[in-house]
Formats: sequence, C-alpha cells, structure tokens
Amino acid sequence: MEKATEKWASKVNEVVIGATQKEGGTRSSLIKIGGATTLPFLHFEGVIPNPPAIAMEVWDIEPDDWPAVLKEPFRDTLGDPVEWAKKCVDEYGADLLCLRLASTHPDIKNNSAQDAAATVKKVLEAVSVPLIIIGCNQAEKDTEIIPAVSEAARGENCLVGIAVEANYKTITAACQSDGHSIIAESPIDINLAKQLNILISDMGFSPEKIIMHPATGALGYGLEYTYSIMERSRLAALQGDKMMSMPMVNFVGQEVWRVKEAKTSEQEVPEWGPIASRGPLWEVTTSVSYLQAGADILVMCHPKAVESVRKTIVDLMKKE
Amino acid sequence: MFIIGERINGMFKDVAKAIKEGDKAIIQDLARQQMEAGADALDVNVGPAPEEPLRAMEWLVTTIGEVTDAPLAIDTTKFEIMESGLKLCKSKGIINSTSGDKEKLDRLLPLARKYNASIIGLTMNKSGIPQDAQSRAEIAAQIVTSAQEQGLAMSDLYIDAVILPVNVAQDHSREVLETIRQCKLLCDPPPRTILGLSNVSQKTLDRSLVNRTYLAMAVASGLDAAIVDPLDKDLMNSMITAELLMGKQIYCDNYLQAYRKK
Repeated sequence: MEKATEKWASKVNEVVIGATQKEGGTRSSLIKIGGATTLPFLHFEGVIPNPPAIAMEVWDIEPDDWPAVLKEPFRDTLGDPVEWAKKCVDEYGADLLCLRLASTHPDIKNNSAQDAAATVKKVLEAVSVPLIIIGCNQAEKDTEIIPAVSEAARGENCLVGIAVEANYKTITAACQSDGHSIIAESPIDINLAKQLNILISDMGFSPEKIIMHPATGALGYGLEYTYSIMERSRLAALQGDKMMSMPMVNFVGQEVWRVKEAKTSEQEVPEWGPIASRGPLWEVTTSVSYLQAGADILVMCHPKAVESVRKTIVDLMKKE
Repeated sequence: MFIIGERINGMFKDVAKAIKEGDKAIIQDLARQQMEAGADALDVNVGPAPEEPLRAMEWLVTTIGEVTDAPLAIDTTKFEIMESGLKLCKSKGIINSTSGDKEKLDRLLPLARKYNASIIGLTMNKSGIPQDAQSRAEIAAQIVTSAQEQGLAMSDLYIDAVILPVNVAQDHSREVLETIRQCKLLCDPPPRTILGLSNVSQKTLDRSLVNRTYLAMAVASGLDAAIVDPLDKDLMNSMITAELLMGKQIYCDNYLQAYRKK
C-alpha cells in the first residue's frame, strides 16, 4: 500500500531553553524543542529534529491538595524547593524543571516578589538543568512577581510565564529585558491564542521565543477540546501561519492531580483499582494523548508517570 | 494568495520616465514599496515606449535585483526579451505569458524548464478570447496537457482566465470565475490560477472598488494568485478578508496584521 504523504510549506519554530556558559548562562545542558516539518511522529513524512521534553514540577511550598500517592515520591523535600529540585534531577533523571511559585498566591501565603526571586536564585544554584518558571497563576499577582523573578534568572534563558491577555505586557517586557522565552496562554480558543501571539510580538518580542499553552484538560475533563485546538494549531504552523508556528506546552500534572479519578482512595471506590497506579496512569494517558496532538513540552508531576512517558517518547521517536 | 505587484510597468508614466532616464531610484523604490505592502513577486514590463526594449528589460531586472531577491514575472510578448530577462533573475522567474497556441507553448514551455521558471498561460489563442467558461477551460486543458508533456510541475503553471473590462464585456466577469473553478478539475494536482486583475476595472469610475470586489469574488472561486497593485491597501485588505472567510487563515482580531507578518 502506498503511504499518502503531505508536503508542508513550513515548520514549527525551534526553541531552546537554558543557557550554558557559552551562551552566557550557568546551565550544564540545554533543551531544544520544536522544529518539526510534519505532524507528530510521522517520521516518513517530514523531519522531527527534537523529541518532546518533559518538565517535572517543583513547588516552592508543600502543595496542600496533593494526594498522598503524589506526595510520597517527594517526601522529605516538600516545602523545600532546592531539595525537591535536586531529587527530581538526581533521583528521577529530570532534564528540565518547572518551578511553580505557588506561595506567592494571595490565597496561599501571598509571598513577595523578593521571596520568589530568592527561591529562583537558590534553585538555579542547586541544579544545573534548564528551568521553566511560572508564577502563581493569578494574573495580577504574577505581574508583581515575574519581573523580579525574571531578573533573578537573567541570562539563563528560562521559559517564563504565564502570560495571559490580562498581564502579557508586563510579563513580555520582563522576558524581553532578561532574555527569556515566554509562555502565552489562552482559554482553549485558537483565535485568542493567535491574537495573544500577535500582541506579544507587537511589543517587539521575537515570535521565535513564544511557547503556546492552549490550556490543558485532563483525560475525561475536556482533553479532546484542547486536543483539537492543538491539531489545528499544528496544521496552521505547517501551512505557514507565522503567528501559529510556536511550539506548545501542556500542564498535564496540574490538571490530572485534581481530578477525582486520580485522588479518590480505593476504600471509597474499590472498583477503580489501586490508587498507587491509578493516578500515574491517568497522568500517562493524558500526556501521551497530548504528544499525539503536538505537545512539545509536558509539565508533569508523578515520577512513575514521567518514567513511563519518557519511554514512550523514545519509542515514538524511533523512525522504524 | 500569491501576489505579483504590477507597478513596474512602462505603461505607468513614472516607470516610463525612469526607464528613459535610467533613474534606478524610482524603480527600486517601487520594488521595495510593493514588497513591503505584501507582494510575493514583481511583474516587470518595459511598456510600449523604449526604443531598445531588450536593453530596458535587462536594466529593469538588474536594477530590481539590486534591492530584492523576489521572483520576477517577465512580462513581454517577445521571446528574446523573455529569455534575457529570465537569465538575469536572481531567484525564480515567471514567464508572463503564453497563450494556448501550440507554437507559443512549444517555445515557452521549454524555456520555463530551462530556467526553472513558472509560467502564466492565458486562456486565449489566435482566435481571440473565448466568450464563455467552457471554451476558456478547453484552452486551459490544452495548456495543461502541453505543460505535462514538457514535464512542468503543476505548481509552476498559472492559468489566467483573462478578465476583460466590465464596462465593455460585462458577461465575462461571471465566465472567468467559472473558469477558475473548472481549472481546479482539470487534473490532480491542479494548475494554479491567476488573474491580471486590474483589467476588470479599465476606464471605470472607481477602479479600486471594482478591483477589490472582483478579487474577493475570485478568492471565493478558488483563485491562487493575482497580478495587482499591492499599494492599494483597501484591495489588499479585501483580499486578506476574503481569504479569511474562505478559511485560509485562522481568525484573530488582528488578522490583517497577522497576514502581513507572514
């Protein structure tokens, strides 16, 4: 049977996260994503120069709503972002981390921009892998803390966010002056995604340093909406739409670990099977679905899920 | 939409004067302005005036090549001028144009192959421009067949269904749109379709309005390329909006700007 192949006019932007000494930073390695000239894993049709990356989440406080099954792999380190980060790298083999400055949220500890910047500095000193740094996901508070955080990581070419319509100006300006890439998030809406990309690049920010977050839905919680938006975005990129050519990130861990299927104990619902594997499996299934939709970065939580998806990526990247 | 800028044509007084006086700046400004306004290629036509049209074409192509690498559409009916223009093109050349007559196709298609150029095929022949879509499509089919025999890729063949001024040949505007649709059924992959748009509005009172309205209609019929004045901003906005409505671009509030960032 003949393989029906498509010849695309364009490709997804390639983005580098991190800076080694050569690039003026202190990281020991870089992460390169994007650059594909075809749909996910269609090696027979085009070139996929970089595998999707996995970033492990590290919080600056102990997450209060994580179930025991998710806290367990990080026990002894929760509440200490430096130790947590080290554990991810040393024990779980992370080559990219996502530092979440949750403590700055007004409803959590309302920590200051200075606290957040200090945390970022400590983590950058403790580990040498590239960093994704995100605030507390409250648009207003993030405009306070991101400029300080961005400056603290100046020259390290981090991926910083999350810029939304309400705060993109401040976050873009910070990333611009400190040399970081940016995460641009829109609410599962391809038109708004494109608009935000235009607004950010209109500020003089290079479209080649934008990563899109089309918002993430966990399996059973709207995954297919995001999936179809991502597919359309990827097709637009391959057809040459420069304002849709950005790589995409999915915050899978954040979404999966708040759904009842991942959290509810087996005493409560015995027919759902053992909780020890149920949550990680939910995270794996969600992640692998997004890989097929075109995800370039998966931000994940459970080490077992990370390990499994890492293996899947190796398999999917095999050309035969 | 593949836009070929029409402004570097000796029919325009400024261009005729520049050719006569050897004034590079006027030509180079026009080249730059058209590219900035969204042209993907530039048409080059020496017009009727020059005493030495071959030398004028060589001068124009070289002069434009000094400021842009854009593909150039060498717009002439003279074979020798066509070849000398193609020879000097820095990037892809476009032969503008051939009719459906065998003797023309037999000379110009090999020329396209030789210089790896695209070619515009007009749906007309010695008998003139057909009245209806059916006859236009028949000529288009002959051009397609000849091009295939010569091994030209369909992505390098542009069929121009030849629009006539609406004030003298009103029925043609509908027939041309129908021809554009029929061209897409000629083969798979189909040839591209193009229009020398401005002809539709010759001697009408509001040329820009007629041009942009017809362009939008042609986009809806599947037009791939057009020879237009890209400096007409209203026209370009209509084209971009028509393509948006045809689903060729993902909507966002600043879609005009998004198109121009491509």
